[in-house]
Amino acid sequence: MAHIELLNDLPGIRGLMAFRPETAEPLNQLADVLLRGPNSLSPGERELIATFVSSRNDCFFCQTVHGAVAAYHLGGGEQLVLDVKRNPELAVIPDKMKALLAIAGKVPRGGKEVTTGDVARARESGATDMEIHDTVLIAAAFCMFNRYVDGLGTWAPTDPDMYRQRAPMIARDGYASSVPGVSAQES
Amino acid sequence: MAHIQLPEGLPGILGPLAISPETTKVLLELAEVLLRGPNTLTSAEREIIATYVSSRNDCRFCQLSHGAAAAAHLGGDYELIDRVKTDYASADIPEKLKALLAIAGKVQKGGKHVTTEDIERARGLRATDKEIHDTVLIAAVFCMFNRYVDGLGTWQPDDPQAYREMGQRMANAGYGQPEREEATARS
Repeated sequence: MAHIELLNDLPGIRGLMAFRPETAEPLNQLADVLLRGPNSLSPGERELIATFVSSRNDCFFCQTVHGAVAAYHLGGGEQLVLDVKRNPELAVIPDKMKALLAIAGKVPRGGKEVTTGDVARARESGATDMEIHDTVLIAAAFCMFNRYVDGLGTWAPTDPDMYRQRAPMIARDGYASSVPGVSAQES
Repeated sequence: MAHIQLPEGLPGILGPLAISPETTKVLLELAEVLLRGPNTLTSAEREIIATYVSSRNDCRFCQLSHGAAAAAHLGGDYELIDRVKTDYASADIPEKLKALLAIAGKVQKGGKHVTTEDIERARGLRATDKEIHDTVLIAAVFCMFNRYVDGLGTWQPDDPQAYREMGQRMANAGYGQPEREEATARS
């Protein structure tokens, strides 16, 4: 049971977005530009950052949705997503991603936790300033999305198949296409 | 020194906003609809929530600029804003706003900290579900903005007067594209 009367039974953030379409629009656009817009980081890499931060914030809905989308982009790599959530340093990912995930992992604890050493490590492994910028903003945005979803006590399906089934559609059509009204009819 | 290369002389969030136009457009739209869009909470009340959360996150730039915007909406009452930050329970603000600030303070710690008791207290003081929703989302969004600003190590002026001018502009002109705002300020 959500903390407020949403007047719909959509799970997680989708219920909140149907409740308040005026804020849903920029929120969906933010997710699309950050995770799917033109970028030297692939959508799979950016979804991994989103998943990792959501798992650090213990947000079940966000880490499961974005984990499923990351796995889909990365060719069904559910084990890889689990490995990253457990410890990015031990996962089979490029050094640059490890360095960016180290930065992303500092952001949930607070912006000031990010050190010049963290940033230098990312640069040394080939990250551009724009990639570092985007990593910090994706991590910060998920500190927002996670609090929005959990702060209003939304419900989330427990069956992983529910998330697996939606992942290809999200990967293809994006987040803005699941705007309220449309999404209310589809599931 | 910021962690990444940013244009000289732009304080706080204005630096990263200047280098990433696609995300900036959406972030400013989000600020505009949340803090200045049609709402039963006044802009002053919403800026107070933003200021309080930013102060809990120890983000100097956001708490001083949005605090100045809140004060500007209230005819320049900077003392009230300082009181809200140090001890809102004793501040001269409506009881409903105090209950909403209690919720916002929980969101800052993590979404799951918000309890049904927090919600019931706000409802008992005639907060609507939409007002509770917007309080949670404003608090969550400032957990993002604060991390964006501090996670990139942006330059933040020491002079309080710089923030008062910013706050005036935010209260009067809103959160349009910064270029446009500056053009307006110059003309």
